[in-house]
Amino acid sequence: MRFKFSLSRWQFFAWVIGIVLITPLCFLLFESLQGDSEVFSHLWDTVLWDYTRNTLLLILGVGAVSCLIALPLGWLTAYCDFPGRRQFEWALMLPLAMPTYIIAYVYTDLFDYAGPVQITLRNWFDWQSPSDYWFFDIRTLPGAIMMIALVLYPYLYLIFKTALREQSFKLVQASQLMGLSPRQSFYKVSLPLARGAIVAGLALISMEAMADFATVNYFAVSTLTTAVYDTWLGYYSLTAAAKISAIMLLILFLALAMERYSRRNQAVFERQSGVNSETLYNLTGKSAWLATGFCCAVLFFAFALPVAVLIGYAVSYAEQAWNSAFFLYAWQSFKIAMIVSAITIVLSLFVVFYQRIAKQAYPLIPGRLASTGYALPGTVLAIAVLLPLSLFDDKLNTWLEPMGFSPGLLLSGTLFAIIFAYVVRFYAIAHGAVEASFMRISPSLDMASQSMGKSQGQTLRKVHIPLLRRGILTAALLVFIECMKELPAALLLRPFNFETLATHVFQYVSDEQLELASISALAIVVVGLVPLYFVNRSMEQRS
Amino acid sequence: MKKTLAILVGLVVTAPVLAEEAVNIYSFRQPFLIQPILDDFTAQTGIKTNVVFAKKGLIERLKREGKHSQADLVLTSNFSDLIQLEDLALTQAINSEAVNANVPVSFRDADGQWIALTKRVRNVYSSKERVGALPHLSYEELALPKYKGKICTRSGKHPYNLGLVASMIAHHGEAQTKSWLEGVKANLVRKPQGNDRAQVKAVKEGLCDLALGNSYYFGKMIEDPEQKPWADAVHINFPNQDNRGSHINVSGVVMTKYAKNPENALKLIEYMTDNKAQNMYASVNMEYPVKPGVELSSLVASWGSFKEDSLPLDEISKYRPLALKLIDEVKFDL
Repeated sequence: MRFKFSLSRWQFFAWVIGIVLITPLCFLLFESLQGDSEVFSHLWDTVLWDYTRNTLLLILGVGAVSCLIALPLGWLTAYCDFPGRRQFEWALMLPLAMPTYIIAYVYTDLFDYAGPVQITLRNWFDWQSPSDYWFFDIRTLPGAIMMIALVLYPYLYLIFKTALREQSFKLVQASQLMGLSPRQSFYKVSLPLARGAIVAGLALISMEAMADFATVNYFAVSTLTTAVYDTWLGYYSLTAAAKISAIMLLILFLALAMERYSRRNQAVFERQSGVNSETLYNLTGKSAWLATGFCCAVLFFAFALPVAVLIGYAVSYAEQAWNSAFFLYAWQSFKIAMIVSAITIVLSLFVVFYQRIAKQAYPLIPGRLASTGYALPGTVLAIAVLLPLSLFDDKLNTWLEPMGFSPGLLLSGTLFAIIFAYVVRFYAIAHGAVEASFMRISPSLDMASQSMGKSQGQTLRKVHIPLLRRGILTAALLVFIECMKELPAALLLRPFNFETLATHVFQYVSDEQLELASISALAIVVVGLVPLYFVNRSMEQRS
Repeated sequence: MKKTLAILVGLVVTAPVLAEEAVNIYSFRQPFLIQPILDDFTAQTGIKTNVVFAKKGLIERLKREGKHSQADLVLTSNFSDLIQLEDLALTQAINSEAVNANVPVSFRDADGQWIALTKRVRNVYSSKERVGALPHLSYEELALPKYKGKICTRSGKHPYNLGLVASMIAHHGEAQTKSWLEGVKANLVRKPQGNDRAQVKAVKEGLCDLALGNSYYFGKMIEDPEQKPWADAVHINFPNQDNRGSHINVSGVVMTKYAKNPENALKLIEYMTDNKAQNMYASVNMEYPVKPGVELSSLVASWGSFKEDSLPLDEISKYRPLALKLIDEVKFDL
């Protein structure tokens, strides 16, 4: 009897979370059903195909480049020993703290026709005009793919590396006893075992790439997100914009559902949940240098170079870039990021735990519902959040006014709006990371705990959470850094006179004068690094 | 855990207490551009200004907040936002003799639903070295085959370009504007990208000979030591001087329908249209004041006087959706 009660309680929590987090999107979809479809059919006749093609190419490109960077890095740092491995292991996460709109700005400034690199080349070789030589054009689709992949690959790297770490070496060793080379055992053992983790990482990356507006807009690449903004702000049709958002979400759902279906009969559990602290291969000579060189190159392009450029700006524009309110902005960014990480972790634990213990049909639905917000472009999500919140505020005021209270915009006019928007947007990250870690805990542990008379809540607290520590820390870190960088929702939903580092940077970036906000831009990166350091230390201590 | 969270959230979320004597502003213009003016207003009147700045979505936010909105004023950077606010019935009439005396009829709504604050011209910059000054140039000529591979511009969908295209439709009709757009697109040296400054930079580097850009960027670039060489490499031309005059866009202000501090808001509007603030717009931001007789910055004055296109802004604004449609049809940005 008791068992039944507790089960339905988890079910209740999970569904409530799923429904609350999908509410903004439902309001938006409701919006898409009203009004005319003239704008939409005009787009259909003209540019929508180009936009769709660009979006698909962007997602595929970013996914492919991220795999090329992250999978070798994950395997190298998890299984191989080479000079600098311990430092690289955490340093390779650094690019995550770099907002895409900043790295795009910096690289354009460097590699544009009117940028220092091409000017120097023209001076050296005495070229006069663009027809005298060929140089790659950074403001193109491939350029955008490279920029986005350079800062998003750490998602895949982190989740993949954690998965490899938690895989038993015995399987790899067994495969080698059976005559497989290291390369073969990577393809035949490690990679298939980590497939769930790879997909989780790629799903996050593709959602973020799909929702990106700042970078593609800056690079003059028109994607479906561009169409969403055009229809909303140009044609003044939120309806058509909502329709296009719906198409984007549909594409994504189909892709994820297909992937899930293709591994419907697989389940991967580890017998021992220990973590490998040793490495499997000791690289020497040429291969060691190659490994170190590869890590260095990635770090250089994704982090060191842009940071150096920012420091350069900060030095030459120090006077204008310094702002006394700057510590306040940093604190406000930090505070919101902490709160949102905590909330998303707690929520995702509830939902993922329900998925695990559910005996009812469709246990995955609450999590899927809750994760949808990540794929929406930021400003559209902000509006979607505003729809239910302002409706609630309006009803509340109408209800309370006869009693002499007027709370005003209690939810939509305060920080609640930003926090709620962030939770809706970043829940998916926490869910993905926690779920990937949960999947590797063998169900036999749950059974053992139950057979000893522990309730499910106790099992979660005493058995799962300690084993999930890495997954939880990873999730918290990812959400925290995303919150630090987040721009559109903060910009639109903030109360008066409220600035985060990102909104402060934006007022200059929007005028293409990042130089004047370079110190704040550096601060986004630095504050993002603080939790990276602590999480990394805490993980090291464990192993 | 949950309790701690709830307390934390409660602490952070408590509504900001806004000072009694204040004006709350939703601004499409970057705070650093308007802050000196707002600061001077506060110094003179003791009325505090609170700002939320965003480039997108503020109108939607205002609309959704309805009568509970705290915003008293909206500052925009182009006329289509002003007219959109009016169309959505989010504004209220500004009845002030002072404002009416400061701002000519053509730069405010007949009922006072919106007021323009500054003017900016859609100029064509030309390379000093390769082209020279073009005093007789027209927007129409940008589509001529002789400029093939010579022109740079930002996205056709940017409000400044949309305004220009809408004014072309107003003057020449849809079909002619479409073929004009096709002609301009064929002349572009690269697909539209960057902002107005980036186009001038590209002229300096020899990528293109002509670039579309707003007038005040030119002044701002001359002031920036890093960007001065770019500006020095180009002439600023005022198109269509031989016929209808150059296309004008405006920045402006509306008072929101449910403004909670209408008196203070009105004071700020009056202040912004009066000599001192108009002069600051001119000298700090290199814009053209709407109030006649206010002195231009010496730099802006040095570009000479010019003829403005006199077609009313709400007339042009009608064609904005069509302008966007044409830009999609000719795939201007792709």
